[in-house]
Amino acid sequence: MEILEILKKLSDAEGVSGDEYAACRVAKELLSKYTDTAEIDSFGSVTAFIGDRSGNKPTLMLEAHIDEIGFIVSFVDEKGFVKVGSCGGTDRRLYAAQTVTIHGKEKITGVISTLPPHVSSDDKKTMKTEEIAIDTGYSKEALLEKISLGDRVTINSPFTPLLGTRVSGKAVDDRAGVAAIIYAVSLLKGKELPFNIEILFASQEEVGSRGAKIGAYNSSANYAIATDVSYAYTPDAKREKCGEMGKGAMIGIAPSLDKGLTKELMKIAEDRKIPFQTEVMGGRTGTDADDISAMKGGIKTALLSIPIKYMHTPVETVDTEDIKSVAEIMAEFIMGGTENV
Amino acid sequence: MSEIMSDLFDNIERLSKLIGVSGDEEDVRNYIISRLPSECEYKTDNIGNLLVFKKGRKTPKNKVMLCAHMDEVGFIVSSVSENGTLKFSPVGGINPSVVFGRRVIFKNGITGVIAAKAVHMLSDEEEEKQPKLSDLSIDIGARDKEEVLKHIATGDFCTFLSGYEEFGEGFIKGKALDDRTGCAMLLELLSKDNEYDMYCAFTVQEEIGTRGAACAAYNVKPDMAIVLETTTACDISEVEEEKKVCILGNGAVASFMDKGTIYDRELYRLSFECAESVGVKCQTKTLIAGGNDSGAIHKAVGGIRTAALSVPTRYLHSPSCVMKKEDVIAVLKTAAKLQERLSEL
Repeated sequence: MEILEILKKLSDAEGVSGDEYAACRVAKELLSKYTDTAEIDSFGSVTAFIGDRSGNKPTLMLEAHIDEIGFIVSFVDEKGFVKVGSCGGTDRRLYAAQTVTIHGKEKITGVISTLPPHVSSDDKKTMKTEEIAIDTGYSKEALLEKISLGDRVTINSPFTPLLGTRVSGKAVDDRAGVAAIIYAVSLLKGKELPFNIEILFASQEEVGSRGAKIGAYNSSANYAIATDVSYAYTPDAKREKCGEMGKGAMIGIAPSLDKGLTKELMKIAEDRKIPFQTEVMGGRTGTDADDISAMKGGIKTALLSIPIKYMHTPVETVDTEDIKSVAEIMAEFIMGGTENV
Repeated sequence: MSEIMSDLFDNIERLSKLIGVSGDEEDVRNYIISRLPSECEYKTDNIGNLLVFKKGRKTPKNKVMLCAHMDEVGFIVSSVSENGTLKFSPVGGINPSVVFGRRVIFKNGITGVIAAKAVHMLSDEEEEKQPKLSDLSIDIGARDKEEVLKHIATGDFCTFLSGYEEFGEGFIKGKALDDRTGCAMLLELLSKDNEYDMYCAFTVQEEIGTRGAACAAYNVKPDMAIVLETTTACDISEVEEEKKVCILGNGAVASFMDKGTIYDRELYRLSFECAESVGVKCQTKTLIAGGNDSGAIHKAVGGIRTAALSVPTRYLHSPSCVMKKEDVIAVLKTAAKLQERLSEL
């Protein structure tokens, strides 16, 4: 399957932090072509194993987070409007008049209500999350038969192809990483590998890397490659904080990452002429890699990031060629074994 | 609702999905023409209005023009940057808060997105501030200017990419319900067996200053006019009673005054009478705000007595306008009755 199709399925599935089940099911289904070991664990993460546990091969974990940012229903007012809290770092600049889905007993469409300029006090200010009131077109009584407090809410934004290999959708953070791992596994299909492979699509990254902590503790990995998204340059951002879209995988260099493993990934990318760029971070990386690398007695961890534009909006934009670069570096490293790390 | 042809909401859906920003209404006009009953006579005037005449059983005492505008708010490409993004101007009044984080679509099917640097990179101060439209650009996924110019030229129009959907207890949402709903209502009225001759104007360029309507009034020269529109409802959570303006579910909105028009008092009163006689609800706007084609029409060709009947609508000029179906029916039925009454007034 092409990366575009994999990503479309994943991006259109819902999985706000703490309720990742629908996205997990899609990921599990996509993995089922390559392994029958995929499971959704009790903490909402997907795990899978490719290899032979009885042998002496080292184990490598491939990790991406499966959850996405969104909202959680906190209150239904007398008129049936729904109040919410944020799950993860939502962007206040885009709330007004978004069409949303409340994932209750059934899927309920709503619109985030907003006042027109002649009634609102200040249209130059962004809406606060506590000001969100979702208009569902139901009375309170009718609505509470269909939804409950604690249900998750996503912004409706179907996967949309742009020009060339660029696409846009919600939850590209980090379904692009999930897609990279699934594509990497497809490249390895039928090959004798020097590693056992553990896959972890971790829950609750957006609220503090909780799924990764649990997943890494339960893992027997010696090595890990985490993959997440990072910033692609847009003209309003600082160039030094960004990678460039279409220029390949962003190989992370940071004190919290394993030097040897990182160098090996760069060498492989260079040798195999796989497009890559480096992303230097001064301390931790702000990804699941931080937690995995310090878990138990430590797991040698590297980070491959995919540059995306407009992170944490419903129109996150990515070049599928960059996802491919990440997948190829992973696959090439796996086929090469541990000799140099 | 059963006697209303199922075409009404089907037409609203289809019309709302068409791209017809002010000054570029061609696709909407062509769709309407394709749906006109065969006995209609029609012409497109020089500014682009579609003027339709349908003979009735009787010649009316007064020539009554029914009017709805075809155009919608949207965007026009003003320049293409070297980095492959498009700078744009809004066409019509669009609040920047409903533009950020949205998808747009051009007539050739090219889609784009509008957003900016990630929320993680914002200072506390920046997080409070809604970015201005002039600071945003459209990203169609192009690598550079050259790639853009293969698909898009400056002056091209685009609009929100947003689906039409029924939701809740009898609500609909979509882009451009302002005023494709009015267009669909006119089509519905034209499809009925009419007592009196009918003059319908599907106008252009309402959103940039009711420009088409002025020409339509001049060309048709009616004695009276009924404008079918949508109007802002603020009946949302936590808004005090007097600030709601009008309320979804309370029926057709008859206006007594807005920013462009002081409406004919007799026609205003008759609107309520007509609504009552056909058994639908009618309300008025409790705020002097907004405006519509009436502003141009009532001053045209020596003065035209004008009434406006609107569907109360939440989140106007956004990708997700919301209205209640029963209010659309209320406007339609009231308008049909009012057209008859005015024809003989």
